[in-house]
Amino acid sequence: MTTAVLSQDTRAVGRGRPGVRSTLTKGSALGLGIAMTWFSLLVLIPLAAIVATAGDEGWHGYVDTLTNPQSWAAIKLTVGQSLLVTGINVVMGTLIAWVLVRDRFWGKRLLDLVIDIPFAMPTIVAGLVLLGLYGPRGPLGINVSNTPASVTLALAFVTLPFIVRTVQPVLAELDADVEEAAASLGARRLTTLRRIVLPSIIPAVAAGAALSFARAISEYGSLVLLSGMLPYRTEVVSVRVLSFIEGGDRTSAAALATIMLGVALFVIVALDVIQRRMARRG
Amino acid sequence: MIQRNRLIALTAAALAVPAILSGCAASSGSSGSDDKLSIVGFSVLKTANEPVISAFQKTDAGKDITFTTSYGASGDQSRAVAGGLHADEVHLSLEPDVQSLVDAGLVDKTWDQNSTDGILTDSVVVFLVRKGNPLGIKSWDDLVKPGVKVITPNPESSGSAKWNILAAWAHAAQAPGGNDTKAQDFVTKLLHNTVAMPSSGSDALASFLAGNGDVLLAYENDSIEAKAAGDDVDYIVPNDTLLIQNPAAITTDAAPAAQDFLDFQLSKEGQTLYAKAGFRPVIDGIKTQVPGANDPSDPFPTVPQLYTVDKDFGGWDKANTEFFDDKTGTITKIINGLNVGS
Repeated sequence: MTTAVLSQDTRAVGRGRPGVRSTLTKGSALGLGIAMTWFSLLVLIPLAAIVATAGDEGWHGYVDTLTNPQSWAAIKLTVGQSLLVTGINVVMGTLIAWVLVRDRFWGKRLLDLVIDIPFAMPTIVAGLVLLGLYGPRGPLGINVSNTPASVTLALAFVTLPFIVRTVQPVLAELDADVEEAAASLGARRLTTLRRIVLPSIIPAVAAGAALSFARAISEYGSLVLLSGMLPYRTEVVSVRVLSFIEGGDRTSAAALATIMLGVALFVIVALDVIQRRMARRG
Repeated sequence: MIQRNRLIALTAAALAVPAILSGCAASSGSSGSDDKLSIVGFSVLKTANEPVISAFQKTDAGKDITFTTSYGASGDQSRAVAGGLHADEVHLSLEPDVQSLVDAGLVDKTWDQNSTDGILTDSVVVFLVRKGNPLGIKSWDDLVKPGVKVITPNPESSGSAKWNILAAWAHAAQAPGGNDTKAQDFVTKLLHNTVAMPSSGSDALASFLAGNGDVLLAYENDSIEAKAAGDDVDYIVPNDTLLIQNPAAITTDAAPAAQDFLDFQLSKEGQTLYAKAGFRPVIDGIKTQVPGANDPSDPFPTVPQLYTVDKDFGGWDKANTEFFDDKTGTITKIINGLNVGS
């Protein structure tokens, strides 16, 4: 992420307008061709198909979907919970990354390993485990099943590693000398954190947050058993899309999917803009 | 130079796409052979079909036949077959899922003209409750009492949920003095008592077994299987409920052995094996012990008032449109209105 920003900046300085003239050689042209083919087959063509299906009923397909109170409730819940969880991850993920990089303690290697488990575990298993722990028969006496809190919990679980894993390498690369220099020049700990550390890790945090948000709005598996999927209370968009498909209504399913695609794109772009602003100020 | 390189890139892409696509097409066009049967069924059948298949392989007709099987949600399975999944026989949860294959030209439209009207297994809608039935649930009316926590899969996504909801509707509509308005009130109350609406019958069962809810609306065969597996549950067969009828059909390009297999499934031996798994037989004269049933030696008590979709709802075609249409269906509207006053 940092390198990408840097290389863009140098190009901008060198040529005035970046990305206008091509630098392709024969070899890299073939590489680009293969990359684009692969990307098209996997991503662009399917996405185009979804958008095309959604357009079958023209604009009113979208309007119908948005004005359906149950779908609208699902969109609000999904986007709201995803933003909330992404916010939690920004704080907790950065904290965990910090602890893993800067501190030494017993069990650190193990913790470092375990962080990735939410990535590796089939999400339906995650849902089952969470239901066992925080369900009606949970040993902790906390029962969140079938409530909106269960959605927060499941999303927080499956998205936890994103920010940790994007921030960790950046923190590890960060030169402690700079912080020491700042300290020796009389900067207080908080100032060092704000002026030295934060600007360096913000691009990574933003990248992680974007991934985390995108993952959260599409989550299905871990919610299957935990959330109860009650319309208006705990029904998320992916469940709603599934209902449309099961009911044979592909146009509505595609319309809802396209709306969520737009939301994801908007948030990812917004995060990128914020990140650039902050990086420039730092 | 740069122009030419870009041209190479584009040409490479243009050549690769059709090549890869045609590669996919060639491999997906495979079809079955005569001694192989592909069975595509709805999820619950997985355990029930195994003994039936191995018993069939011991008969003369079935001794050289090998099977491939695929199980999943009924609607998904139907769509998979329509989408090109090879099947010699489909065994689905409800008739409309077979009907959509008839519409796609994959099943002959005379499929339901046999001795059982195309139905292979029966069951009824029952109440699965906690062991010992602590809330004393006996009838449908007990489910709408304040504070009773009900679980049913979501009828918008699950075939088994449609059976459940229609059973509840029939109870209120067919009772003495009952009518459609009362049925609508009853189902609305029932859905207000619902604490979870998982997207499939098996998810709903898993949620219930994990401790959610007081009552699960379920198939009798699922309930028998859960009890046989040692789960801490009991099930109640109410005095009036809906007959669940699971259809099976041979596809138009099926191997000849598929008909032999269907005949075996409908035979006394086949139906006995399905009964052992908890399904009500579709032919008379089956007597067998059913582990997990409330009374293993009289596993399928006669339901005093048994509703059917054909008799009480005018068939699936009509019921589906009237109740579950995604815009105008009565049940869809009730679910859409759950927000108000909940």
